[in-house]
Amino acid sequence: MAHKRSVGRAIGLYACHAVLMLGALVMVMPMLWMVVTAFKSAAEIAIWPPVFLPKDWTVANFSGAFETAPFGRFFINSGFIALVSTASVMLTSLIAGTVFAKYRFPGRGFLFGLVLATAIVPFEAYMIPLYIQLVSLDWVNTYQGIILPYLFMAFGIFLMRQHVSSSIPTELMEAARVDGAGEWWILARVVAPLSGNALAAVGIFAFIQGWGIFIWPLLIANDQLLFNMELGLTQFQFAFSADIGKLMAGSVVSVVPMLIVFLLLRRRIIENMALTGLKG
Amino acid sequence: MLFCYVALLPIVALFFYVRIIPIGFSFLLSFYKWNLISPRRPFVGWDNYLELLEDENFILALKNTTLYSFSTVLLATAIALPLAVFLSRKSRLSPFYQTIYFLPVITPMVPVAIAWKWIYDYNYGILNYGLSLVGLPSVAWLTDPSIALWALVIMGVWKVLGYNMVLFLVGIRNIPAEYLEAASIDGATDWQRFWRISFPLLRPILLYVIVTSTINAFNVFTQVYVMTLGSQSAPGQAVRMLVFDIYTNGFQFFRMGYASAEAVILTLIVLGLTVIQFSLARDDSAKGT
Repeated sequence: MAHKRSVGRAIGLYACHAVLMLGALVMVMPMLWMVVTAFKSAAEIAIWPPVFLPKDWTVANFSGAFETAPFGRFFINSGFIALVSTASVMLTSLIAGTVFAKYRFPGRGFLFGLVLATAIVPFEAYMIPLYIQLVSLDWVNTYQGIILPYLFMAFGIFLMRQHVSSSIPTELMEAARVDGAGEWWILARVVAPLSGNALAAVGIFAFIQGWGIFIWPLLIANDQLLFNMELGLTQFQFAFSADIGKLMAGSVVSVVPMLIVFLLLRRRIIENMALTGLKG
Repeated sequence: MLFCYVALLPIVALFFYVRIIPIGFSFLLSFYKWNLISPRRPFVGWDNYLELLEDENFILALKNTTLYSFSTVLLATAIALPLAVFLSRKSRLSPFYQTIYFLPVITPMVPVAIAWKWIYDYNYGILNYGLSLVGLPSVAWLTDPSIALWALVIMGVWKVLGYNMVLFLVGIRNIPAEYLEAASIDGATDWQRFWRISFPLLRPILLYVIVTSTINAFNVFTQVYVMTLGSQSAPGQAVRMLVFDIYTNGFQFFRMGYASAEAVILTLIVLGLTVIQFSLARDDSAKGT
């Protein structure tokens, strides 16, 4: 009887793994299909029934995509936007998080409450007025206009406040103060070095978010030279919808940096995502 | 104290400029009629809202978005929960599965939407090829309005599944092992242990996941823009969603006030969902103590 039951369990376990493997295949399929299609010739893409792996791997789609549209420029723009946003988000989160965690001043509760309360309002709900504001600043079609809304992150501030208030001892900051250190010095030399992990978490989120922004550049950037990968890809798609090979090649180029970041920092990303419940 | 204000000033100024002011401005703008350029900007009171109530595109967008959100969230939760339960057991393959299932969460939306569009392609898509293998006719995944919504749901589930899974995994790991052991000693089956012990303890996190992913789903835009708005294929009406409707009214018809009224409704929906979450969470903790 007991033996029968354990056999039943083993079969159940294998069945579960079979289902999970199948599921894993479904999960990677879109990305795999994108990659293999990017390396196929136009003739092979139009074959019916479709074949999975290209018979002759070709990079013609990649060179073709970069010749047809300034994908190099788009790529650099994406990187630039993501990096500036990441640096700024890390800095502002560190400063605001520390101030909210460790200092007492009138208006603290109100300001922090405001940051939290408005964090759930989706960007899409206030993008129109923001656009109008930037029109009056004459910042439409500028890098600063694209980056401005991504210079700070409410969740970043929240995360840093949690970290600083729970894991940085106030006595340590007091001791530095007794030794004659200024507040900026304490921030840079006491708080920052002890906040590596939390700052890295904030930075990773900011980078993933900054790389993938779409609706805002769609509104604010009309000049092709300012397009990021995301916007460049959609406009390429509308112009050359039949050229699947080049389209997939461009998509691969847009996905690869995130894939590298993810594979390098996989553990940390998954854990941080879990701890903060923050959507990238 | 001076330090606090000096340090916070630039950040708070930025915060007000890019978030607080636009949020307030959007409420205000929803009572005006304005095309972005005209010097005339008449106050129209509730007219924009009254017009929305009779706007077929808006009603359709609201219906589609609601159906999309609830279906995506329901499916993604229903799949992620058993997935997380299984992956929470000690297994050498668990990190591998977690990586694979999580992968879509961090990939940018545009390239994966392009990939899905190719998968859904009527003539050359592998999905229709798969159907043909089992003798089923081809489906116009993205051009048939009644099907396109479900095509977006499938993709939406694929994108958020890993995120839900990871949150559930944390919830399951936080359940004290003694509870489950005690239940086993008392002779509870796996099934009973899950429904009687794990599930009630997972309720807060379940609630959180459901509400946040519903909010996110309500903002669906990028994949709609990429997948249903082709230069040749779709007329752009295939699956009208709320943010898409806001975008169209605001930036194609330049009806800034009207689009703002829609944006205000989106904000209110999100606020409503958040209030529901908070009050349910408070109920839970009140019962718990």
